Amino acid sequence: MAKFRGAIVVDIERCKGCGVCITACPCKVIELAKEVNGKGYNYAFMANPEACIGCASCGITCPDGVIKVYKKAL
Amino acid sequence: MGELKLMKGNEALAEAAIRCGADAYFGYPITPQSEVIEYLSEQNPYERTGMVVLQSSSPGVCLKQEGLAYIAGAEVPCVFADVVRGGPGLGTIQPSQADYFQNTKGGGNGDYRNIVLAPASVQEMADFVPLGFELAFKYRMAVCILSDGAIGQMMEKVVLPEQKARLTEEEIKAKYPWALTGRKRGTQHRVITSLDLDSARMEEHNRHLQRKYDEVTKNEVRYEMIDCDDAEYVFVAYGSSARIAQKSVQLGRAAGLKVGLLRPITLWPYPTQAIRNLIDKGVKGFLSVELSCGQMIEDVLLACNGRAKAEHFGRVGGIIHTPEEVLEAMKKQIIGE
Amino acid sequence: MAEITLQDIIQPENLVYEKSKLLTEKPFHYCPGCGHGTVHRIIAEVLEELGVDDRTIGVSPVGCAVMAYDYFDVDFVEAAHGRAPACATGIKRVWPDKVVFSYQGDGDLAAIGTCETIHTCNRGENITMIFVNNGIYGMTGGQMAPTTLVGMKTATTPYGRMPQWPDGTPNNGFPLQITQLLAQLPGTRYVTRQAVFSAAAVRNCKKAIKKAFQNQIENKNGVNFVEIVSNCNSNWKMSAVDANKWLQDNMLPVYPLGDLKDNFELIKK
Repeated sequence: MAKFRGAIVVDIERCKGCGVCITACPCKVIELAKEVNGKGYNYAFMANPEACIGCASCGITCPDGVIKVYKKAL
Repeated sequence: MGELKLMKGNEALAEAAIRCGADAYFGYPITPQSEVIEYLSEQNPYERTGMVVLQSSSPGVCLKQEGLAYIAGAEVPCVFADVVRGGPGLGTIQPSQADYFQNTKGGGNGDYRNIVLAPASVQEMADFVPLGFELAFKYRMAVCILSDGAIGQMMEKVVLPEQKARLTEEEIKAKYPWALTGRKRGTQHRVITSLDLDSARMEEHNRHLQRKYDEVTKNEVRYEMIDCDDAEYVFVAYGSSARIAQKSVQLGRAAGLKVGLLRPITLWPYPTQAIRNLIDKGVKGFLSVELSCGQMIEDVLLACNGRAKAEHFGRVGGIIHTPEEVLEAMKKQIIGE
Repeated sequence: MAEITLQDIIQPENLVYEKSKLLTEKPFHYCPGCGHGTVHRIIAEVLEELGVDDRTIGVSPVGCAVMAYDYFDVDFVEAAHGRAPACATGIKRVWPDKVVFSYQGDGDLAAIGTCETIHTCNRGENITMIFVNNGIYGMTGGQMAPTTLVGMKTATTPYGRMPQWPDGTPNNGFPLQITQLLAQLPGTRYVTRQAVFSAAAVRNCKKAIKKAFQNQIENKNGVNFVEIVSNCNSNWKMSAVDANKWLQDNMLPVYPLGDLKDNFELIKK
């Protein structure tokens, strides 16, 4: 059982759907949405929110800084 | 008739270069001309004709002129001195005034102007530095001190300007709020750039620059007149040529000729109106005396606009004209036998 | 134990990462996945953590990062192509107490600006130089750069970069090891090569960039030079994820990561 739970908030309209966060995530939390944002990009979202540990690997690798990361001790 | 093909201009240029047997092309990718080197690389002219294509960078053809264009666009004040030697290219180390076009018409890209001050003495070499800075900061533009090897090398007495304390950071912040000193917290950051991809803003920026140049033209024309009050014929000369022409005036006057000297101190803005006023007062002809093959004469002709005769006289290659030959030229070319 | 909801987690007190306040609200114009954005973020974080935003002056290049000044909320100059270190030299010499950094790509720093780069490093200017190397001219559409790998296809090496013709005649030349070259110069204090393709790489890169700024703040001389081996997925013609993979497989063998010089001492490998 993880000691931490995490969550991310993606600024959907600024996400370019590059997918770098998906490969950065060690817990396979993130996927690209089937829907697109106003720029036509399939944006990143938490597909498996329960798996997130709040490590921020996605946030620090996101080239556009669109991910906020939250982390809470259980 | 040659081969008919549909090509981009850049490609046609590149192809023509191969076809005319050019030896080499040293390129650098810059939009919108990158196709030239791309085309040449694709065509392998090395195999077709032995033409060498190097994907190499030049440090820039214009060197200082490149920076001056940026300075004009970004509206940064600066003073620079050009102590002119003979050209083109390496030319000679002897004095010359052949950089008139380069500095008064702009050697860099874009619609811009630099204020050009032409010292005719060591004193003015000193005086024009503070004047240059004053103008540069007043108008936020580059000021050129256009000297030559003669003025640069000669020794003369000079009264130097007083020592002024360097502006402190606080004084700079107060006087020049555009200067980058680090963004004060809670205020907008500042950017010094010549780039703006918004066409409307860029047009307005250019209009703004032109209004500024108009203001400079209105306020900052400087010149000196010697013996022009009753003159019928006038030498127009700047820098070292003006010193020689001054003697030619004396020689001419001694021989009973009504000659005078107009010495432009600012080469841009040019004393166009001063020439027109002289024509109004009855001057019949002008001789532009330059250590070049006829550059300033174009501005004299524009000022005359056909209302008075104007011609060029000058020696080049490092030879400095004598007062006698300058007077002789005035007699032959302008006054007539 | 009660089930924890996302709302419980997404609370201000639980925020562990967001982009630096020193970045403006303007969205980056860079292509999706481009390393420039990541490097911008790291620099902004470092400047914010060091608390020097009110005395920092950045110098942007010509190239993709030409408008970097739109993104950093610090004072900025946009230099002529290749001249950023010369411009930064001028600023630092006039304002020794300011924190001055140049930001350049490989076309800017290692091609047209080689002269300025080498002489700035050789003079040992007390500045921080950020060098983003993706082995290609990005902005103009993917032409060969001095740093382009041997065999790499670009718009100007459509058959791959070939240093010499088969008969030995010189052709495109070799990938320029500018960072190694600069490490040899006595004027460089700290020379390091980093990357931003993974979270671990980003963490290392941030440490290096922070050190490069701290060195400048604490000392009077010595260039602090950080190369970031980055991607150009648009001109490499692959996805961002594939480009990061390709980078590790192809760029890093030629441009291996790690410190090359620290405190004026070359690091022996």
